[in-house]
Amino acid sequence: MLLNLLLGPDPALLGTDAMSASPFSLLPAASTNAQELDNIYVAVTLICALSFVLLIGAQVYFMVKYKKPAEGHRKTSPITHSGKLEFWWSFIPTLILIALFVWGETLYMKMVTPPSDAVNIRVTGQKWFWTVEYPDVPGAILTDELIVPKDVPVRLTLTSNDVIHSFYVPVFRQKKDAVPGRYSNLWFQATTVGTYPLFCTEYCGDQHSTMIGKVHVVERAEFDARLAEAAKLEPGEGESMADFGARVFDRGGCAACHSIDGSAKTGPTLKGKYGAQEVLSDGSTVTIDDNYIRESILEPNAKVVQGFTPQMPSFAGRFDDRAITGLIEYIKSLK
Amino acid sequence: MSQQPAHHDNNHGEEPNFYRAKRGIMSWLFTVDHKRLGVMYLASVLLFFLVAGILAIFLRTELLTPAADYVSASTYNQLFTLHGAIMVFLFIIPATPGALGNIFLPLMLGAKDVAFPRLNLLSFWVYSVAAVMLLCTLLLGGLDTGWTFYTPYSTSTGTAAGLAALGVFVAGFSSILTGLNFVVTVHRMRAPGQTWDRLPLFVWAIYATAVIQILATPVLAITVLLVFIERFLGIGIFDPAMGGDPVLFQHFFWFYSHPAVYIMILPGFGIISEMITVHSRKHIFGYKAIALSSVAIAVISFVVWGHHLFVSGQSEVAGIVFSFLTFAVAVPTAIKVFSWVATLYGGSIVYNTPMWYALMFLWTFTIGGLTGVYLAVIAVDVHLHDTYFVVAHFHYVMMGGLVVAFIGGLFHWWPKITGRFYNEALGKLSALLVFIGFNVTFGTQFFLGHQGMPRRYFAYLPEYEAMHRISTYGSWILAAGLFCALFGLLAAFSKNAKKAGNNPWNAMSLEWQTQSPPIEHNFHETPHVTGSPYDFPEIDKSGGVHH
Repeated sequence: MLLNLLLGPDPALLGTDAMSASPFSLLPAASTNAQELDNIYVAVTLICALSFVLLIGAQVYFMVKYKKPAEGHRKTSPITHSGKLEFWWSFIPTLILIALFVWGETLYMKMVTPPSDAVNIRVTGQKWFWTVEYPDVPGAILTDELIVPKDVPVRLTLTSNDVIHSFYVPVFRQKKDAVPGRYSNLWFQATTVGTYPLFCTEYCGDQHSTMIGKVHVVERAEFDARLAEAAKLEPGEGESMADFGARVFDRGGCAACHSIDGSAKTGPTLKGKYGAQEVLSDGSTVTIDDNYIRESILEPNAKVVQGFTPQMPSFAGRFDDRAITGLIEYIKSLK
Repeated sequence: MSQQPAHHDNNHGEEPNFYRAKRGIMSWLFTVDHKRLGVMYLASVLLFFLVAGILAIFLRTELLTPAADYVSASTYNQLFTLHGAIMVFLFIIPATPGALGNIFLPLMLGAKDVAFPRLNLLSFWVYSVAAVMLLCTLLLGGLDTGWTFYTPYSTSTGTAAGLAALGVFVAGFSSILTGLNFVVTVHRMRAPGQTWDRLPLFVWAIYATAVIQILATPVLAITVLLVFIERFLGIGIFDPAMGGDPVLFQHFFWFYSHPAVYIMILPGFGIISEMITVHSRKHIFGYKAIALSSVAIAVISFVVWGHHLFVSGQSEVAGIVFSFLTFAVAVPTAIKVFSWVATLYGGSIVYNTPMWYALMFLWTFTIGGLTGVYLAVIAVDVHLHDTYFVVAHFHYVMMGGLVVAFIGGLFHWWPKITGRFYNEALGKLSALLVFIGFNVTFGTQFFLGHQGMPRRYFAYLPEYEAMHRISTYGSWILAAGLFCALFGLLAAFSKNAKKAGNNPWNAMSLEWQTQSPPIEHNFHETPHVTGSPYDFPEIDKSGGVHH
């Protein structure tokens, strides 16, 4: 039961505001295409509501008017068809549907055609977190956090390291699958500063429900500073290596698979493991020391602990020696 | 069921009904009587409906609050997978053709049996083997891939995906054999005088369904075979690690599974056409339009699968073409609904349980159809794809369409199947509770969907709590309604249930022109058909203006 509680998403940790106050209202529209999409959504809703009322209205009217008399049956209408009526009730919906198709298609083309001057960001899904890389900013690799400037087109290149995930930001009304072995694109231009949830919408296993990230839309002028701040991964002044390691742990998304409270998730817990003996999947044993931790970060599937499967991605190139040292100190501190 | 019905029908030296024609368990297990096979299908599909329904109640109860409450994530994932897989492959697909189709298709055609009675028996046994295989996945540690089995998740997960896929493969053959049997039966076994335009619309619907079963189901078999080739021969087809393409799997899967949606819903259309006409004493409005729109839907259903892949990374042009074709399927569907409502015009409507279900269907299925329009608009689908909007939409189509029609059909034909009347009060109460419960459960999910709540989450952000709560309460009402329906039907087996007689609804189609329950060979003499099955005596033929 404790495990279950831990697996639930923690809105306090996520730190996003509720997207809207009422379940009936539309979500805030925080991108250029979102408003236009809402226009279609509302139009379709009005057309459908009107059709529904007319149809069900006719049904209810007939139901009341042509109720069977108390005794016996009345004579019923001999009508079996009406070419004219049938033509019109086929033709008019066809026209409406064609109009909706064209409207949807036009917006869709805009939604899938990024402008050439868009900022490029690479997003990789893996069980169960998003890695966000800014190719134009050296070292800027974030986990479960996407920082984008307001009023600037942004083009994401999506892929996955394991199974199919799907990148979905409801306030942008944009979604695209992240498929292993291929790249897909998604673009948007944010219009409203704020912090919004980012969901995985393709079922990807145990912790699919907690694969939730944050999108920060920031003012254009603040973007570089915010990104540099978020991307900074070096020990601060007066910060212990263990505290720094905790930040690295957070940044790497390690908590998606490794608990620090002794419960087993997809990977083993890190609590009380430093210096302990572990049996590996091939039956041999290993002592968890600095070298084993380092190897497990850079080449995770070389020595897998018994009872677990080789699922962890390598962090080579992602964490430098200092970050790895921080992590080792942090794991030591988890007694 | 075999002991109870209609002892009295034999009093006057009549032939015994099909339950009493032979005795012993073997006379059931190896029967070639389409009615006995239908009854066995009915018992099986209802059992699986109950099992999958109980799983759904677990799912909804877990979703009552945002936090993880009662089950672990992996249990939840197995619950929704089994709920979907059992509902689709063991309940909805075989339900109407297997149970009602088997019992009534030959009766409606005035035939003694289906064209290939032994094949029919084989089909039932193949279905049973598939059912056992799917249920065995529970013992093997469960299945957590979702009923869609998307690669590479399904090939990398350590659970019983292989056995489940094999079960689906086997179930497919049952479906193909049934379809084949029905197509030949409709072509070859019609009573003298029963031209194509004198067929009951239920037959037309089962016929269109059978065509899809024959043409689409092999693709499912091919897909599963390819998965096995990849897994056991190491040839990369869907797995990117071996140079395969996971999106290809989705194309294969939906090339079967989208037409399969119409395998599920088309028979429901047929049931509705029968109930609305008989209980309003009216000729169906637009017979040709309804019959041919079934065929049109069957054809178009083969070219719309790509709308399941709008955000999967298929080409944008393909997406737009599939969007257009998806709109095309809306037109024949709309024509059907308009025709049913128009059938009510000038009728003499009897408000019994089957009719309440038929009228409920017009409400729920219309919502299912209209919300399909949102998803056909490709730009809007990008937002709503894989959210609760889709969950609500397909439940309105599958449950609000087929299941509502199926339950109504059970009440409608129950007097024929059992020889006795169901309990009308319980039946009407069930219709009311199902209507309220269903709309509360799934109506709320449209709002969750447009607010961005993703599918297959076992815990969720607190802002979605209100609607999830209401939805869960609705599911409990719905469950109560379904149990009422069950008890209402079972009431026919009580000692004081009213005898039905041959034709309690004064219907014109052939299944009502024989004993209830029917004799083993259906009819004493081959019936001759001289007119439409909707030519009721109440229809005003005087040519004057009526009202």
